[in-house]
Amino acid sequence: MNKINSKIPEGPLAEKWTNYKNHQKLVNPANKRRLDIIVVGTGLAGASAAASLGELGFNVLNFCIQDSPRRAHSIAAQGGINAAKNYPNDGDSVYRLFYDTIKGGDYRAREANVYRLAEVSNSIIDQCVAQGVPFAREYGGLLDNRSFGGAQVSRTFYARGQTGQQLLLGAYSALSRAVHRKQVKLYTRYEMVDLVIIDGRARGIIARNLVTGKLERFAAHAVVIATGGYGNTFFLSTNAMTSNGSAAWQCYKRGAYFANPCMAQIHPTCIPVHGEFQSKLTLMSESLRNDGRIWVPKKLEDAQAIREGKLKPTDIREEDRDYYLERRYPAFGNLVPRDVASRAAKERCDAGYGVGNTGLAVYLDFADAIHRLGRDVVEARYGNLFQMYEKIVDDNPYETPMMIYPAIHYTMGGIWVDYELMTSIPGLFAIGEANFSDHGANRLGASALMQGLADGYFVLPYTIQNYLADQINVPRFKTDAPEFDTVEKEINDRIDRLMSIRGKHSVDHIHKELGHVMWDFVGMGRDAEGLRTAIEKLKEVKKDFWTNLRIPGNKETLNVELEKALRLADFIEIGELMAHDALDREESCGGHFRLEHQTPEGEALRHDDQFSYVSCWEYRGEDQDPVMYKEPLNYEFVVRQQRNYKS
Amino acid sequence: MDKDINIKVKVWRQNGPKDKGHFETYPLENISQGSSFLEMLDILNEQLINEGKEPVVFDHDCREGICGMCSLYINGHPHGPDQGITTCQLHMRRFNDGDTITVEPWRSAGFPIIKDLMVDRTAFDKIMQAGGYVSVNTGGVPDANAIPIPRHDAEMAMDAAACIGCGACVAACKNGSAMLFVSAKVSQLALLPQGRVERKQRAKAMVAKMDELGFGNCTNTGACEVECPKNISITNIARLNREFLKAKFAD
Repeated sequence: MNKINSKIPEGPLAEKWTNYKNHQKLVNPANKRRLDIIVVGTGLAGASAAASLGELGFNVLNFCIQDSPRRAHSIAAQGGINAAKNYPNDGDSVYRLFYDTIKGGDYRAREANVYRLAEVSNSIIDQCVAQGVPFAREYGGLLDNRSFGGAQVSRTFYARGQTGQQLLLGAYSALSRAVHRKQVKLYTRYEMVDLVIIDGRARGIIARNLVTGKLERFAAHAVVIATGGYGNTFFLSTNAMTSNGSAAWQCYKRGAYFANPCMAQIHPTCIPVHGEFQSKLTLMSESLRNDGRIWVPKKLEDAQAIREGKLKPTDIREEDRDYYLERRYPAFGNLVPRDVASRAAKERCDAGYGVGNTGLAVYLDFADAIHRLGRDVVEARYGNLFQMYEKIVDDNPYETPMMIYPAIHYTMGGIWVDYELMTSIPGLFAIGEANFSDHGANRLGASALMQGLADGYFVLPYTIQNYLADQINVPRFKTDAPEFDTVEKEINDRIDRLMSIRGKHSVDHIHKELGHVMWDFVGMGRDAEGLRTAIEKLKEVKKDFWTNLRIPGNKETLNVELEKALRLADFIEIGELMAHDALDREESCGGHFRLEHQTPEGEALRHDDQFSYVSCWEYRGEDQDPVMYKEPLNYEFVVRQQRNYKS
Repeated sequence: MDKDINIKVKVWRQNGPKDKGHFETYPLENISQGSSFLEMLDILNEQLINEGKEPVVFDHDCREGICGMCSLYINGHPHGPDQGITTCQLHMRRFNDGDTITVEPWRSAGFPIIKDLMVDRTAFDKIMQAGGYVSVNTGGVPDANAIPIPRHDAEMAMDAAACIGCGACVAACKNGSAMLFVSAKVSQLALLPQGRVERKQRAKAMVAKMDELGFGNCTNTGACEVECPKNISITNIARLNREFLKAKFAD
């Protein structure tokens, strides 16, 4: 019997969510007060969920790794949020948003989940406007839209280049109100370090107070993980410094399946790497591709001269420039999806046409846009991004083209969840980037904000009740249960083991080693040989970590190096699982590109007959290989095709 | 062109809120001017760890100028000598070979020091919880286009909403006032029809909480505006004063 039950409701695609809501179990107001819910994370998903659940009357405990919920990394999302409002009257609909998302994800997402996402997208925009989110508006006072990759309509709502910030501050303000009304209790500078399971159900967490270094216990009737993705496995990524995969990994080690770990998104427009001490990569919003044109020199000798500093990009004549996205994908041009744009950049650079002193960069040029629209319009649209670029690179993008290169940005894979967003552990839910559910093998731009808020505002507050309705007679848990003792002892032992290594390398030193292995072998282009090499090399990194790590200071105090070490121990294991999953998936789809599986034109070649499934990995213990179950993806409503952005 | 420089960093070290604290000076060699300021501190910490010493604790997260987590008084200026950016966006090309760079935490009664350069800014969350929101529950709201908002108003609201809550305004103010922070939120919501319903209650509640938490008064010095990494204007403070007075007179 298949162990995976995704609990997709019966019925036609457009009626599934309505049918579900009509028949699900609910919890009455008096009982809600008696039920505790832990929400870990305060990004778009976590904050919106905590606020919404609190408003409903549940007793919510909300944890945040930073000093304030407002700092969660959702805040850094720049470009916008998709919704099927069709305000521009350009042919959009719920179905079309659904279809674009399914196609963009290279047919590796669940139809029912994605349809629901498209269905609730409009409510998100309404909710945010009601909260006072200052979206961009037309002169008539109505909301403005722009285009993003993988779509032929303008459905992206935005607040300058700071949409994530404004949406997060909206959710944060709702959360602040819930805290004021004592519906949510907030724990800042706390990091979840393990999950506590009692009688097969998630019943609490152990969190480390990052200021005192003490481990603390928290019990609840349900636990919600909203801790984002694991892109920092690569060391250099666009994620924030504390973004980590540890909460998800703890859940995996306690029995939750981890789905599609190999599916990581590489964003095409990031500022290129400059040096060995670089700490992170900075994203330049996808919205820039609305007006910027991407090119490299047509002639190898020009590219070489640019790399050597003998020529400037402005010296290259128009007919000697290769606008390779426009050339290869005439229908979508510079607005092809991220995976396609990233691979195309790598292809040109690998062929020797890359620019910048490393040869690992391409141009994003605004000269045409400035000529067509005027500098003022370009400044109004992208001013803050141009300023950000100039500060980092010391070049003026109004005068010389930006240089960009792909970087790790988002992880589509994550904790496996069913239609109700519940993991394979009863009572444990995962929302936002932390779960795997909606983006398949590639996420479209402006869809992460949509999914985070959809899960938190409009999906989880319904589906969690279907679980909690059975829990109304379960009394509040005490944290002196033996299950808490056992888990806390395990963490304490782990921390002691880390502190006692007393080696010679800092956490960052080893994290960089991990990053190099991941980028070189589990990055944009993967093949079987490289992945096997990665698995071997990761064993060495793991050994280096557990024998050569040095953590100064003590454990029961504020100790940033210890925090980082705990996260890195998990990143190394996540990297291993990513490599295993990538090796298993002998096809190319979305962000997962196996060099052995491409069309003659170099496009991703799926094998629907063999790989139309979600890979769900189950942990079997320290020295044992994980087991993989397959959740078949049966497409009932959409005909799968080779993704075509050419015509 | 960026080159490598040798510098000294004079850093405030304080082992907890009750410790007296002191400066320590560390030499750093061959720092690329292309590095960010925080990458320079990473290099310092790597050096300290290799010497078996405790690294310098400082807040940071997104490293792209938007989360508001990074702080630091650098050579006497919050977020360093450049205007309109956060510490994480500051690059070493702003400094010269041989410079001694002084790095201190935010110093304000409202933000007690946790360790070294890390301070406690939960007071800002408390002010927000007092009224920095529109009281709407999830669901049951009108269509997003039901209420047209003049573009100019939406843009002014966005100017105010750009505040990242870093606390530089408080740190820069000789009175330790949080008026720029509070006024940015009050302005954003007072400029939008959705926020106007509760404008009186909001202005009073947020100001009361700010006073209660020990932040000082505004004497129109303007240092906050100059040092704000997001260029939040003090016209917001004028608007807050109007909102507050109108609310008080209405009582």
